Amino acid sequence: MKISVEVNGQVYERDVAPRLLLVHFLRETLGLTGTHIGCETTICGACTVHLDGRAVKSCTLFAVQADGRRVTTVEGLAKDAEHLHPVQIGFWEEHGLQCGYCTPGMIMTTSAFLKENPNPSDAEIRHAIEGNICRCTGYQQIVNAVQHAARLERGGR
Amino acid sequence: MPVRPVSVGERIKRREDPRLIRGLATYTDDIKLHGMLHAAFVRSDYAAGKIQKIDLSKARARKGVIAAYTFDDLRGKVARTPCVARPEPGRDAEHPLLADGFVRYVGQPVAVVIAEDRYVARDAALDVTVDIAPSRAVVDLRGALDPARGKVYADHADNVALAVPQNPENAAAVDKLFQAADGVLRLELVNQKVAPVSMEPRAVLAHWDEGPQRLTMWTSTQVPHLVKQAVAQCLSLSEVRIRVVAPEVGGGFGCKIPVYPEECLLPWISRQLRRPIKWAETRTENLANTTHGRAQYHELEAAYKKDGELVALRGRVLSDVGAYPSFFGPAIATFTPLMMPGCYRLKGLSVEVVCLYTNTMATDAYRGAGRPEAAYAVERIMDAIAAATGLDPADVRRRNFIPKNAFPFTTAGGAVYDSGDYEATLDKALARFDYARAKSQRDQARAQGKLRGIGVATFTEICGLGPSTAASPIQRTGSWESGMVRVEPTGNVTITTGASPHGQGQETAFAQMAADAFGVEVTDVEVLHGDTDVVTHGVGTFGSRGLVVGGTAVHMALEKVKAKAARIAAHLLDAKPEQVTFDGEAFRVAGGERKLTFRQVAEAAHLWNVPVPGEEPGLEAVARFEPTGTTFPFGAHLCEVEVDRETGEVTLLRYVAVDDAGKIVNPLLAEGQRLGGIVQGLGQALCEEVRYDESGQLLTATLMDYAMPKAHMFPRIELDSTCTPTHLNPLGAKGIGELGTIGATPCVVSAVLDALAPAGVTHIDMPLTPPRVWAALQGAAK
Repeated sequence: MKISVEVNGQVYERDVAPRLLLVHFLRETLGLTGTHIGCETTICGACTVHLDGRAVKSCTLFAVQADGRRVTTVEGLAKDAEHLHPVQIGFWEEHGLQCGYCTPGMIMTTSAFLKENPNPSDAEIRHAIEGNICRCTGYQQIVNAVQHAARLERGGR
Repeated sequence: MPVRPVSVGERIKRREDPRLIRGLATYTDDIKLHGMLHAAFVRSDYAAGKIQKIDLSKARARKGVIAAYTFDDLRGKVARTPCVARPEPGRDAEHPLLADGFVRYVGQPVAVVIAEDRYVARDAALDVTVDIAPSRAVVDLRGALDPARGKVYADHADNVALAVPQNPENAAAVDKLFQAADGVLRLELVNQKVAPVSMEPRAVLAHWDEGPQRLTMWTSTQVPHLVKQAVAQCLSLSEVRIRVVAPEVGGGFGCKIPVYPEECLLPWISRQLRRPIKWAETRTENLANTTHGRAQYHELEAAYKKDGELVALRGRVLSDVGAYPSFFGPAIATFTPLMMPGCYRLKGLSVEVVCLYTNTMATDAYRGAGRPEAAYAVERIMDAIAAATGLDPADVRRRNFIPKNAFPFTTAGGAVYDSGDYEATLDKALARFDYARAKSQRDQARAQGKLRGIGVATFTEICGLGPSTAASPIQRTGSWESGMVRVEPTGNVTITTGASPHGQGQETAFAQMAADAFGVEVTDVEVLHGDTDVVTHGVGTFGSRGLVVGGTAVHMALEKVKAKAARIAAHLLDAKPEQVTFDGEAFRVAGGERKLTFRQVAEAAHLWNVPVPGEEPGLEAVARFEPTGTTFPFGAHLCEVEVDRETGEVTLLRYVAVDDAGKIVNPLLAEGQRLGGIVQGLGQALCEEVRYDESGQLLTATLMDYAMPKAHMFPRIELDSTCTPTHLNPLGAKGIGELGTIGATPCVVSAVLDALAPAGVTHIDMPLTPPRVWAALQGAAK
């Protein structure tokens, strides 16, 4: 099937198998390997991307479902090392990551979340990342990272 | 006084992070090679049985399929799955890379299919039909003790993989201590089977390059050098023809120490087909066929005195090693009796270990590896003594502590503890927690009918493995670590380490050490690891040894380089080496103005236009650190829980952890290790369990069924620390990676049992899921 998907600001037209998962389209077809696969069952959230601005799990969406739509992956958040997204800065400053495997999904989930709730409580952040599993950090420094990002964003960066 | 600020001890953010937060890091499954094929495994649906027939014809006929193999294709060409903790003959079991006639656990690889495309490979794996005549599976650990109820290996006398019996002389001495005691407690404790669940599942990419006759393999491992050695032996290849790369590795927690069948098979197939082959584990494969942890059953007796003294321990540890001896697997449980004395000066310990085969996935190291089981047991005993004597649980621990002036201390388990000050951590934790106030609040809540409880755990652990001679009685691998320091002509520094970090942040920590050693910026240091062509030799990252052993090797190499730089500087400054000192930035001649910066010396060492007599040009050094003993970090954790009487749900209200890991290189990273470990330990206590049914079928094969700890389950954990350095390494570091999983599990169980005590509950086994807690409440009410 022919699809046309805007990914990180660039339009890609590709002929894909109907069963091709969006995560494989991003990783294998487009070579955007920042989006990870952790469970294939929509539980762990490592594959989270933005679809038309909303956080979705790309391991249980077909590529064809993204036809005509806009996808942002972790690679699309910052144009270069000097212009990191506030959430990326938060994760770096607060040691919000260790092995880094869940991190792109965490960053995509929380960057969408902060748009809805720019001034969250710790409990609201913890609720927002219930669908993202991290085995390394115990989540506390992720909560700190998101608070850090929220402060940056509120500061009108 | 150093001229520059010292970076060791500072909260420096990680140099690893920019690539990770931008999605630009390269994990194994991110690598694509020209002509690369994909592997998919056909796995056993049965826990035990005889293979009648494997039909590959349909798979082979599928478009896009290149090859398919069973054990018949491998017979005589490859060796068994690597194992360094091999049981003795008669108890050892050879685990073939693909099932050879019999299957012994669900998910055992039976055949492998190679295809042009990942999806086609999975389709083709489903095309393969495997006829298995199932037989009765041995699933229950205690049941495995009785060979009449079934054996995993028909040609073995029983299911025992390794038995370390009690020493009769010691046992008799311990029995005497029991006779003199005021009371004896008996506990049976389950330390359930759990899955490590690194967020990156395993992945392997093997590329046999026919031109240079060389294998390169990328694999998600904690121990690339051990993989190289193991694959060389398994495939009868010279190790000089093998390069193993551990690229970005997405967590390990012990399960990426074993060298797995897939890691040996893919290189062999790549050599057959002369094409690169990749396999990335699915989460279901990961839960079924990546090694599990814990899986112990303890039958213990504790002799105590009325004043709360724990006099002696005796009993038995049963360990479920699963269907085959994994890499270190059978050795893990030998750490449990060794560490069972914990922080306490009991006089006697006689605990036998019996490791048993079952028709379940093999167990191996899992964050703590044998020590969390020990800490859980002795902490449950401390609480039981408190309950029996009516003393406060914190007081009971305090009166049993090894006093701080008694170190080095040889415990009843035979371990030699390097240093400790257990009262200091406990006092700090009690103060931080405001223990007296918390107890009175708990009592008020109880008066209102609430099930509120406070838990306490004080613990120590064995870290920084080796020494090589004493790592484990049956472990056949060295336990040193390597470090190499290479100074470039500019004075910038490249470090290589045999440690193979996968989230710990050693790139940052080691760069801090080099920056301080030479007076360069942290950003002018590169730290390379995880590539056997780049790193001289190495062992790997596990057992909280990355900094303790790996960091010390780097420190030694830094010192060697600094000493040579001082000799070069002395010659260039027309001084004697003993007149030259390094002030953190420059080499200076004592009592004069003459100086050379480190960068100037580096340039001179490479330029060599002023040769230094007796020296070679250049500035680099290799070191290996062989520890003379293990380190014993420790901590005191306190927490408060509330249990919902109607649902059995446990809510963690507060958690305070005071840990002592000796000197800290980077507090930010140390906190990360502790927080992550604590939540992992809470996961085991509250929700995690690998479950098989009675036929050996895995019931927890997806993350929908295996309960992982999630963010909303925990309050903000409060951290504090004390610092008792070790004399066993120049860094004074004791190891930090496993503290959390060791302290947290007994701490929260202690709190839940305290909460349930007014309802009459005296025992519960993990995980403390709502149904289990609710059932305990109902049982006690009867």
